[in-house]
Amino acid sequence: MLDIVVPIKQVPDLVEELEIDPSGTALGLERTRFVVNELDDHALEQALLLKEKHQAQVSVIALDVGDVEETLFMALAKGVDQAIKISGDFGPAPDNHTTARVLKDVLGGLSHNLILTGVQAIDDLDGQLGILLSSYLDLPYVGLVSGVQIDEGGSKATVLKELPGGVKAELELPLPAVLGIQAAEQPPRYVPVSRVRQAMRTATIEERSAAAEGNGHIRVRRISKPQVGAGAELLEGSSEDIAEQIVGILADRGILR
Amino acid sequence: MSQDVFVLVEHLKGQLTDGTFELLGIGREVAPQAGGRLVALLLGRDVRGLAEQLGAADVVLYVEDERLGDSVPEAYRRVLAGLLQEQSPKLTLLPTSSLGMDLAGALSVELNLPMIAFCKQLAVQDGSIVATCELYGGRAVVEAEIPEGPGLALVLPGACPADKGRSEGAPAVEEVKPSVDLAEVRVRFKGLIEPPPGDVDITRQEILVSVGRGVQREENLPIVQELADALGAALSSSRPVVDQQWLPPTRQVGKSGMTVKPRLYLAVGISGAPEHVEGMRDSDLIVAINSDARAPIFNVAHYGAVADLFEVVPKLAEAVKNRGA
Ligand SMILES: Cc1cc2nc3c(=O)[nH]c(=O)nc-3n(C[C@H](O)[C@H](O)[C@H](O)COP(=O)(O)OP(=O)(O)OC[C@H]3O[C@@H](n4cnc5c(N)ncnc54)[C@H](O)[C@@H]3O)c2cc1C
Ligand SMILES: Nc1ncnc2c1ncn2[C@@H]1O[C@H](COP(=O)(O)O)[C@@H](O)[C@H]1O
Repeated sequence: MLDIVVPIKQVPDLVEELEIDPSGTALGLERTRFVVNELDDHALEQALLLKEKHQAQVSVIALDVGDVEETLFMALAKGVDQAIKISGDFGPAPDNHTTARVLKDVLGGLSHNLILTGVQAIDDLDGQLGILLSSYLDLPYVGLVSGVQIDEGGSKATVLKELPGGVKAELELPLPAVLGIQAAEQPPRYVPVSRVRQAMRTATIEERSAAAEGNGHIRVRRISKPQVGAGAELLEGSSEDIAEQIVGILADRGILR
Repeated sequence: MSQDVFVLVEHLKGQLTDGTFELLGIGREVAPQAGGRLVALLLGRDVRGLAEQLGAADVVLYVEDERLGDSVPEAYRRVLAGLLQEQSPKLTLLPTSSLGMDLAGALSVELNLPMIAFCKQLAVQDGSIVATCELYGGRAVVEAEIPEGPGLALVLPGACPADKGRSEGAPAVEEVKPSVDLAEVRVRFKGLIEPPPGDVDITRQEILVSVGRGVQREENLPIVQELADALGAALSSSRPVVDQQWLPPTRQVGKSGMTVKPRLYLAVGISGAPEHVEGMRDSDLIVAINSDARAPIFNVAHYGAVADLFEVVPKLAEAVKNRGA
């Protein structure tokens, strides 16, 4: 039996303006809207594809930070078998070393032979979660994966790892293993809000608690927003004006025929 | 702990990558701040010859092994873990690449070394490792510190001009034989898969009109294609457009796609995430159209228009055609 676990993390939605805490060393999280880390959604999709192919059991697990329940219900609506929310003493924004240790603790009591994570997230200041987790669990790891095949016996995986320039390396590794997913083999499925609502009524999220000491190895001195558009000359006016200005710039440089 | 700064040398198909020289360029600045040497770590199957190009380093340590010839990061990791344990540098720089991203976290846990990712700048100040990092897709700058060190840094492409790491120097070159057993490597290399031959080679185009997720759906692509046609350009894209299968992988610009340097790169509905910028930042002229004034693409663009692409792109196509007429 193939037991797939997908750890999921939420990150601030970049469509909204990021807010910085008055301390200047953290994001202001009160008004932040969270979304699932885009690449975790790819990891989930890859898990669901493998479930369809191998009758695998898929569990999603997430630390109780942000508003993670919504994401867990979405995963349930998409067809995962189990969703687990982990509470503990890790504060509102645990770093990835801490998160990985919490997950290790929970995975100890959870059958697993394949762990799929998104290969990175936009807030990975202290490293990527998947590889950290693989090291705490002493499991083999391959990241930047965009294709996964499991052999008949469920004992090994053959994966495609992306190298620069569109080249891929085909690698084989024994299970259990951790993979950092770069892209699922097909675009993540969409699930309508009505199905998520239905999951909220009919499915349940399991709750577990876990312990983790803090890390504190790296200290954030300051968070700021970059000075945007520092280099660019901005073109103003109506769409026609902008179009004319661009044509002018291209003509000056001899780019237009 | 020594005060040395180590740099992992990356090579592909027998060539040193630009990223290697960028790391050496940073290392050249940081090693004197730390008060140590700049040491290049060169691992591979048959790599001794590459040491000559590593003149920016004070010392090159090289490890040759059959098992280091393929794209198996686990083999690199085992050798590096042994080496870093023995040598105990103050700071080790790894590239944010297909290789480096599969090494740093594991070394951090295995050696209990703090690490910082997404680094754009690095310094050693009063003995502390200080990094300036580009997080949240380029929308926040985080200054982070590893008090005292030692530590690891995963450095973003483009953090330093590669030329700063190219130098004629003649470093001491030493072979090392770390005491690790590569027979224990669990990941096995099976082969390389080259990209399918594309309809167009975007690395050879003079003009690229590049389209991102801002185009919203596949049915909207013709709007942008029309502009490309008017300019005699090819269409390229950011990664999500390829992941959605609206364009083939051969059109993707960026970290896991192609690196392009056209005379004109016209970015339409692309936010400018670091992984995208890596593949286009050296274009001669970059013009960006994006409705979000805060989009990081405006940091690399020479000209920008904060505007709706669905309004500007058709007008621009028309203006280009009118001029031609
Ligand atoms: C290991 C790794 C490798 C990667 N490799 C690559 C790579 O090779 N290439 C790559 O591109 N990405 C790559 N990525 C992904 C990268 O991180 C970003 O997710 C991606 O570049 C975002 O693409 P985008 O800008 O099209 O989409 P988004 O970030 O969603 O941006 C869309 C933009 O469109 C704008 N927009 C929306 N509507 C309109 C409108 N009507 N008019 C004008 N503008 C509009 C929005 O303001 C927004 O800025 C990689 C990621 C990882 C982790
Ligand atoms: N830094 C690296 N990252 C990924 N793959 C590598 C790297 N170095 C070497 N390789 C792999 O090893 C092969 C041989 O490399 P080389 O010895 O440089 O010719 C390359 O084609 C890659 O598949």
